Amino acid sequence: MTVHDAPRSFQEIILRLQTYWAIKGCAMLQPYDMEVGAGTFHPATTLRALGPRPWAAAYVQPSRRPTDGRYGENPNRLQHYYQYQVLIKPSPPDLQELYLGSLQAIGIDAGLHDIRFVEDDWESPTLGAWGLGWEVWCDGMEVSQFTYFQQVGGHDCHPVSGELTYGLERLAMYVLGIDHVMDMPFNDPSAAIALTYGDIFKQTEEEYARWNFDTADTAVLLRHFEEAEAHCAEILSQPADDPKTGKRIIMVHPAYDQCIKASHIFNLLDARGVISVTERQAYIGRVRALAKACADAFLLTRAGGWTEDAA
Amino acid sequence: MSDLLIELFSEEIPARMQRRAADDLKRLVTDGLVEGGLTYAGAIAHCTPRRLTLSIHGLTDESPTTTEDRKGPKVGAPEKALDGFLRSTGLTQDQLVVADDKKGQVYMARITKPGRAAPAIVAEVLEAAVRGFPWPKSMRWGTGSLKWVRPLRSILCILVREDGAEIVPLDIDDIVSGVTTEGHRFMAPGRFAVKSFDDYEAKLKRAKVVLSSEERADAIWQDATNQAFAAGLEAVEDKGLLAEVAGLVEWPVVLMGEIGADYLDLPPEVLQTSMKEHQKFFSVRNKSGKIVCFITVANRETADHGATILAGNNKVLSARLADAKFFWENDLRIAKSGGDDWAAPWLDALGNVTFHAKLGSQAKRIDRIAALAREIAPAVDADPDLAERAARLAKADLSSEMVYEFPELQGLMGRYYAEAAGEVPQVAAAAQEHYSPLGPSDDVPTAPVSVAVALADKLDTLAGFWAIDEKPTGSKDPYALRRAALGVIRLVLQSELSLPLGRIINSALLSSEENARKRSRIALQSVLAAADGLPDPKSDPLDILEPVDEKDRIEPRLSEEENLRRENLLAFLHDRLKVHLRDEGIRHDVIDACLTGDRTDDLTDLVARARALNAFLTTDNGENLTQGYRRAKNILTQAEEQDGVEYSYGAERKLAETDEERALFDAIEAARPKIDAALTSEDYPVAMTALADLRAPVDAFFEAVQVNADTPILRRNRLNMLSEIVRTCTKIADLSRISA
Repeated sequence: MTVHDAPRSFQEIILRLQTYWAIKGCAMLQPYDMEVGAGTFHPATTLRALGPRPWAAAYVQPSRRPTDGRYGENPNRLQHYYQYQVLIKPSPPDLQELYLGSLQAIGIDAGLHDIRFVEDDWESPTLGAWGLGWEVWCDGMEVSQFTYFQQVGGHDCHPVSGELTYGLERLAMYVLGIDHVMDMPFNDPSAAIALTYGDIFKQTEEEYARWNFDTADTAVLLRHFEEAEAHCAEILSQPADDPKTGKRIIMVHPAYDQCIKASHIFNLLDARGVISVTERQAYIGRVRALAKACADAFLLTRAGGWTEDAA
Repeated sequence: MSDLLIELFSEEIPARMQRRAADDLKRLVTDGLVEGGLTYAGAIAHCTPRRLTLSIHGLTDESPTTTEDRKGPKVGAPEKALDGFLRSTGLTQDQLVVADDKKGQVYMARITKPGRAAPAIVAEVLEAAVRGFPWPKSMRWGTGSLKWVRPLRSILCILVREDGAEIVPLDIDDIVSGVTTEGHRFMAPGRFAVKSFDDYEAKLKRAKVVLSSEERADAIWQDATNQAFAAGLEAVEDKGLLAEVAGLVEWPVVLMGEIGADYLDLPPEVLQTSMKEHQKFFSVRNKSGKIVCFITVANRETADHGATILAGNNKVLSARLADAKFFWENDLRIAKSGGDDWAAPWLDALGNVTFHAKLGSQAKRIDRIAALAREIAPAVDADPDLAERAARLAKADLSSEMVYEFPELQGLMGRYYAEAAGEVPQVAAAAQEHYSPLGPSDDVPTAPVSVAVALADKLDTLAGFWAIDEKPTGSKDPYALRRAALGVIRLVLQSELSLPLGRIINSALLSSEENARKRSRIALQSVLAAADGLPDPKSDPLDILEPVDEKDRIEPRLSEEENLRRENLLAFLHDRLKVHLRDEGIRHDVIDACLTGDRTDDLTDLVARARALNAFLTTDNGENLTQGYRRAKNILTQAEEQDGVEYSYGAERKLAETDEERALFDAIEAARPKIDAALTSEDYPVAMTALADLRAPVDAFFEAVQVNADTPILRRNRLNMLSEIVRTCTKIADLSRISA
């Protein structure tokens, strides 16, 4: 077992996770280039958890939760934060041990800390997905979510994917011994130009908190929601065979982009407080319908296990 | 004889499911073994976060051999019948014997089922148990199709005899049974073999696993109280939390830490709830009851004696409490915004919150409760203005940030915020108390304003759901209406309120969302029908209706249908009252007997009568008078049916023939004013005593007199006498409802 020096910055923790999971055989993907509420929304998780084909990927995903904005004042609540996401299909039998190895890699000594797997049934009503697993606690702090996907987009997962999600800021603050997220070194503190998390994000947290809570134009957002919803359905209604190339091209990912968009707009509307409890369910149901339609379509593509022979 | 040891080792099992799962394993396996023909002396099940363990001792080594004689077809029956018999018994014809039967000679088969060895039965039973295990929620993993609560990793299954342990061979979806298990995930990694249950338990302990959850819970609580005591503090007991925490650790280590000074001024309930719900911490209070420390339970020992773990937990708690403080301060800002309508932002927000699709928004519900509380106030000695104010504010905290985060703090936060806003204490208290009583062990509020709001809240809920025909049926009571009804009963009885529930239910029914809409619609439709232009048939007529000022409305009255609903709801309350009084030893027929007259909606009065009647019925006089009453009523009813007249003209003393008749006549004359006076003053025991005076004359009358005399005048007078008896008794209770 390698003895690791303690990491010194936020980015070093990310780099160590990258290295660890790369060595364990995961494809190192990049963040998805859209606003999402969590790493799970990345098509590399949502769509790739479907169908029979094996998969192993890891990536950082910037995530947005408008309602969690605290103007950068709360020590660890942010409306924009980073998740580290690992998805392996089928879930390997030693996934718990692999996960614990990654904690070791970022400097969490299991001999000094109290690491626990605490029941957490994961459910994403907007993705029509659920799984069983745990939140992983390190000294009482939730540092990761660990989920065995059972269903995505209304489809049973066969084989089952194992999903690991690390809340990077919290985890890093813990490892680095930082009390307030804004004080956390982002790059190496001894670098010529040392930057803290606050140098980079304090102002944006304030800006977005004000915008999310008080200023976002709800009429525009409502319209965008409707448009994204209609657009998603429109894309999926196209015939599978592309008239121009003559190839079978089902446009699942473009349609799924619209689903992601609708979901994020819903989150913004929620933060603006314009969605009542009754309406809330209806909106979630509408996003779920999009996710389900995308999942259905994905299963008709090669990546989703479709083959010429079976058809 | 042998002992059986089973361990199902898995990834971490949710704490709340462990105990039940251990019991299920025990039940499924022992039932299966017994069904398979084995017997055992005893069984005990254990659970830890990673294992379910079952130890069975004194298990028989094999099931007994059984024989059965089965009768077949007659000798000489068609060949087909014989073939079928051979097939079903698995025998050949030469193995059959011929026996004499009543109808002649028949073939007989002796079927012997050899006993089976224990391992085969155990393997079969355990596999069935694993495959059909009743987890509340289970999952698949990897490429397999087996379901378990979390991935099942290994199965230990051995039969232990004096000469050693034997593996029970088992292969469930590639999980092959063996003799090994694992210790603590971090403190003692690696597998080891075990030879028996004792060996297993001892080796687990050496590998830092306490097998028994009770032992873990005891150790935690012992250590927690000791550490608190040593610091001059006291750990706050929480059995549910203790059981949960014991299910989160295999090797409990108790650590106590201090709560940051910044957070000590948060309400203690907020501290306790936040620590318990989020962190599974116990609260620790000082001598003056203030919560100042927390206790967390780690799953391991460390070289620094838990210092790192405690520091980490402390940091997490600070972040949690910073959040709680954020909510608390935001909420207080609203509470202290000043003015009478400080709660307006919260109440307005409740206009967008649906209480129930057919019962309107929370804001409308609050309006109804406020009106009802005002109406109830005089009857409970509350100031109507205060009752209405309290009702308006009682649910405002549903909009607060703290209650959004911790719904279980509803009411309590309302009280804090009302106090902060400078509301009078009665109004603030009602915010918390109006939810009570929530369960049988919950206290019933007695402060008049709280009682008024609590009753209004519950009666509005009951009337509302009655108006839309959502009554509880069988085991289904999704809106907890039985609890609401019991709440009404306990509130009324606790304060001995003389409350005409029928009238209040009328008001509640009239103001229910459903009825308000219905009446407005009917009124509007009649207006529209009279008008020339027809409205757009697609639009709801109500949509164009401006709200009508209450005063401009004609005094609303209940429709026939609504009257039936009120009676039905009252009957429901009476039914719940019967259940409530059963514990007091008052039978349901005693209450039925008291459901006479027009005051049955006054529960206090009803219960007073029922108690007096119940006491009376246990006396000799009561028992005999009930019989006399029944006899009188039977004779009277028969005669009235036969003659087609009602004997209710009053008996005349001068027509009496015997002394017994005259005595009964005098007794009734004497008892009646006494009973009337007692009833007026609601002194039911005295009324019962007066009634008791009738027993001897009634008995004597029946002894000496034949009612159906030959002389018509005599007979008529005597029947009228019986009618007097029945009517006098019925003033107090309908004794015919008392079951014999």
